[in-house]
Amino acid sequence: MARDTLTGSRIRERRLMIGLRQADLARKVDISASYLNLIEHNRRRIGGKLLVDIAAALSVEPSMLTEGAEAALLATLREAAADAGSTAAEADRVDEFAGRFPGWAELLARLFRRVGSLERTVETLSDRLTHDPHLAASLHEVLSTAAAIRSTAAILAEPGELEAEWRDRFHRNLHQDAERLAESSKSLVGWLDDSEAGEDRTGVPVEQVEAFVAGRGHHFTELEKGGSVADVPLDNLASGAAREVARSMLAVYAADARAMPLPEMVSALDVLGLDPVALARRFGVGLPAMFRRLASLPEGVLPHEAGLVICDASGSILFRKPVTGFALPRHGESCPLWPLYAALGRPLVPIRRRVSQLGRNAAEFDCLAVAWPEGMPEFDSDPVIRSVMLILPVPTAERGRQAAQPVGASCRVCPRRDCAARREPSILSEGF
Amino acid sequence: MSRRLLLIEDEPNIAEAIRFLLTRDGWQVETHEDGADAVEKITAAAPDLVILDVMLPGKSGMDILRELRERVATRDLPVLMLTARGQSRDRDMAEKAGVSRFMTKPFSNAEVLTAVRDLHAQASRP
Repeated sequence: MARDTLTGSRIRERRLMIGLRQADLARKVDISASYLNLIEHNRRRIGGKLLVDIAAALSVEPSMLTEGAEAALLATLREAAADAGSTAAEADRVDEFAGRFPGWAELLARLFRRVGSLERTVETLSDRLTHDPHLAASLHEVLSTAAAIRSTAAILAEPGELEAEWRDRFHRNLHQDAERLAESSKSLVGWLDDSEAGEDRTGVPVEQVEAFVAGRGHHFTELEKGGSVADVPLDNLASGAAREVARSMLAVYAADARAMPLPEMVSALDVLGLDPVALARRFGVGLPAMFRRLASLPEGVLPHEAGLVICDASGSILFRKPVTGFALPRHGESCPLWPLYAALGRPLVPIRRRVSQLGRNAAEFDCLAVAWPEGMPEFDSDPVIRSVMLILPVPTAERGRQAAQPVGASCRVCPRRDCAARREPSILSEGF
Repeated sequence: MSRRLLLIEDEPNIAEAIRFLLTRDGWQVETHEDGADAVEKITAAAPDLVILDVMLPGKSGMDILRELRERVATRDLPVLMLTARGQSRDRDMAEKAGVSRFMTKPFSNAEVLTAVRDLHAQASRP
């Protein structure tokens, strides 16, 4: 319905708002109540002197009755209906809605604008969070320097004479940028090779917890001695969400420590060696618990480091314990070729793969993974599946003795071109 | 009357190369390297065209662009955005924010010149 045909609805709305009976208004403007009724239901057009008289009787400007709600309000309401893609909203009657219920219309428009503003905020925050700040900063530095070099070099390579002052300045810039590129490239490679370095990882709750656990060396003496989760100080965790994630993680740690006490673990390792299946049998626990326990042993108990990654069925990383030489992306989106994900497709089937990460220093790792249903299975309910992967470095002397499956860290920083699992182009191949 | 361009870029050597190129092309180029007061700078300078880096100190180019599009005076100002991040997601974000042209580093000089000339020609059309 067009806006100018809704004058009647606005007259009715205004009349009711000021508590004037239809018959009284009709009498004031010298028309019959039945005619006013037709006007109010938009069945008779109105204008001229009668409109002016009714507006005066209702103490409003005539334009308030003819134009009704602001055009911007109507535009916003139409936008809201279109944005929702809803067939339930009568978009063709938006004028009528705004005319009859101006308060509700304004409220709806305000909420729609608020949603838009929040979406933009989420977009902005998501943009900042989903990109690893360290990686983004390093790559930005490299690419910006490359841009400066490319641009400057192209100017210098142009035929013809360049003014001496400009030429000298560009030569100087080129030299500076070449130095800077060498430094930033070196720093980027160093960062990629040093995945366990103690960077500031105080982003989302899971990262705060990882930083907290790493700060404790992945080992909690309080829980090893039979203490409860409440005995572990969580003051370093800034957010309530992080503390909640930490408590949940520590409860699992405490249960593992009770089931596999440290002295017994040390003795069992002496006898059985680093054989997770034999160790799990010895303690009567599942492989996921044994993997977690092995990764939480204090330094020196195992012959080498042990990394750990846990994910849920969506592939989202829930926990990471880094191990030297095996890059674990900080913001998810890991390499789908990791045995961690292969295990998700075959729950309860242990998977062992020797892998090497591409683009790195050719280190090899034995990755042991298994997926398991979390909690008690229930009828008519899909189990909550999680997957865990223990990452054990292959000693240097043993490297190259058996085929190692090439895997990456994440597509974004993986140089392998012919990979069927690739999700997106590598920034390494794009940028250089 | 000379065409005026404001270049918001915190990498001095990129800024210098672009300034040289565009000055030679007949532009009057002014540079600025801080994101925090970039919107005010652009509003005050009222240039014919802006080249805007995404990663700036103080405020991101994406936020600056959004603010420009919210202001009547700069709603239609041609903005060429430069970024080291060329993923489609970033491009989508820039387009949503109202970018006129999006260019990924490292770009060629010819690309910059063409983009600036195109944008100016589009904006000059009646």
